[in-house]
Amino acid sequence: MPTIETLMIFILACFVGYYVVLKVTPALHAPLMSITNAISSIIIVIALDAAAVNSFQENSVTLSSWLGIVAVFLASINIVGGFMLTRRMLLMFSFKRKKKGK
Amino acid sequence: MMLSFKFGCIDNVLFFFPIVVVVCFILALRVLSSAETAKIGNRLGIVGMLAATFPSVLHAITNFVATHSISENLLPIVAVFTILLGGGIGFYVAKNIAMTSLPQLLAAFHSLVGLASVFIASAIFVAPQLFGIPETGATSFPVLNAIEISLGSAIGAITFTGSIVAFLKLQGVITASAFQYPGQRKSNMLIVLATIVMIIAFVVTQSPMLFISIIFASFIIGYLLIIPVGGADMPVVVSMLNSYSGWAAAGIGFTLENNALIVVGALVGTSGAILSSIMCKGMNRSLLTVISGIQQKNSTMIVSNKNDGHIKLCSPEDAGFIIKNAESIIIVPGYGMAVSQAQHVIRELSNILKLRGIVVRYAIHPVAGRMPGHMNVLLAEANIPYEDVLEIDEINHDFGSTDVAIVVGANDITNPAAKTDPTSPIYGMPILDVSKAKTVLFIKRSLGFGYAGIGNSLFYQNNTMMVLGDAKKIIEEILKTTKEE
Repeated sequence: MPTIETLMIFILACFVGYYVVLKVTPALHAPLMSITNAISSIIIVIALDAAAVNSFQENSVTLSSWLGIVAVFLASINIVGGFMLTRRMLLMFSFKRKKKGK
Repeated sequence: MMLSFKFGCIDNVLFFFPIVVVVCFILALRVLSSAETAKIGNRLGIVGMLAATFPSVLHAITNFVATHSISENLLPIVAVFTILLGGGIGFYVAKNIAMTSLPQLLAAFHSLVGLASVFIASAIFVAPQLFGIPETGATSFPVLNAIEISLGSAIGAITFTGSIVAFLKLQGVITASAFQYPGQRKSNMLIVLATIVMIIAFVVTQSPMLFISIIFASFIIGYLLIIPVGGADMPVVVSMLNSYSGWAAAGIGFTLENNALIVVGALVGTSGAILSSIMCKGMNRSLLTVISGIQQKNSTMIVSNKNDGHIKLCSPEDAGFIIKNAESIIIVPGYGMAVSQAQHVIRELSNILKLRGIVVRYAIHPVAGRMPGHMNVLLAEANIPYEDVLEIDEINHDFGSTDVAIVVGANDITNPAAKTDPTSPIYGMPILDVSKAKTVLFIKRSLGFGYAGIGNSLFYQNNTMMVLGDAKKIIEEILKTTKEE
């Protein structure tokens, strides 16, 4: 049940997100989307609990585990793909700076 | 969390992990404020993600060590292989995708987050007790948890199908033009209302059938939401879906009272929302009119409103001559540049021009291309110096003192009607003041209208030369003429 504290955390995080993202330079909006896409896959933590960790409690394979496994699969594509893509993009931006500095 | 009593003192360390996760992610976004610091953003993100998953992994390992039995640890082993398989696919795709396909790849990634949230919400729904949600008598969920989980899965499902449609449009599998039919808005409202009723009914009855129905109705909403949106409005759609994937994660965080998920969901949600609002401002439209595709109806009528002025066509050779004799040039890239992959030849051309002492800069409109920052990435891919690429506010007043403005595959973002014609559908949209340059070279596939379906009076201006054809081929030819002598 959401207590006032969790709501408070949520609202504060929205403010932090607002002021942090507002500062992001427009040139890097594409990497921003790519990295937020990767980090939103933090839900893999819950998927892992569903898929594996919870099985220690029940000690059996349940429907919940299978749903969790599918989610783990989807989220892991996203995490690795998202970070890889962000890396590629950021390297493009930093490469020229070095060249210019030479 | 719920099994943490097994860990003893390690638990005290794990207690701080969500803080590490959140701090890493906030900093990862913060360093994107400049290209100088951006590099470490990705590493911070990876560290944050490892910190987030570490407790589950540690748990699985300790259990394996304690039991030493494969059969009892079957699921964790399956999970490891699933991660390797999924990660491998993600790695392969992200490493090999062409940068021009970036918008559709991001749309595809968003759809995965959406679908994953649906599966996770279902996993929680079928076995709430495993996630520490207490069973309360006849109904299996406390009311608030039921609200959160139904909203979380609904948003996830909308993100999934919405992103799939966006992906198909960006990939060109289905037509990118707006798809509209009579009564569209009414029928959409009806389905949304029906879903809200189902969510209320679900909160009361907790029926599994209703839960499944909510998910399927949301799948339909996601589809209907994006199908009327046309190609050039995609920057708004892609950032909106980015935002949704964050809210879906936050919804799951609320259900399980997981603070790290709530914070990360809020960060991603606000980030996507800010991007959509920047994109909407770039088009001078409200989010509502973009996603309901209202503008198209007006503009189809205005198509007939042709300006019968005189158009000056110009060959690539002539264009090359004009460019060679200029002192300062501003290149305005648009979606046409992305389509014909012209960014590399543009870089070659600007290198040659720079050697001749010509100042070459690039002007980026916020909604140029199909996603936020689309043009910047393509120019960066072609190794065009970051310093030469300027945003609308930084460069717009310089057009007046520029010899040649080269518009490559852009149209509406340069249309003076946005400033001069109050009846124009794009009136009020910020534009690049290309018309103020001494000469305007318009590289365009045809004399057709831009996405907004309106004529561009710039074509008929005295100082405008139209160079018709594929952007890449034309610039290659211009390049030849500049190399001569």
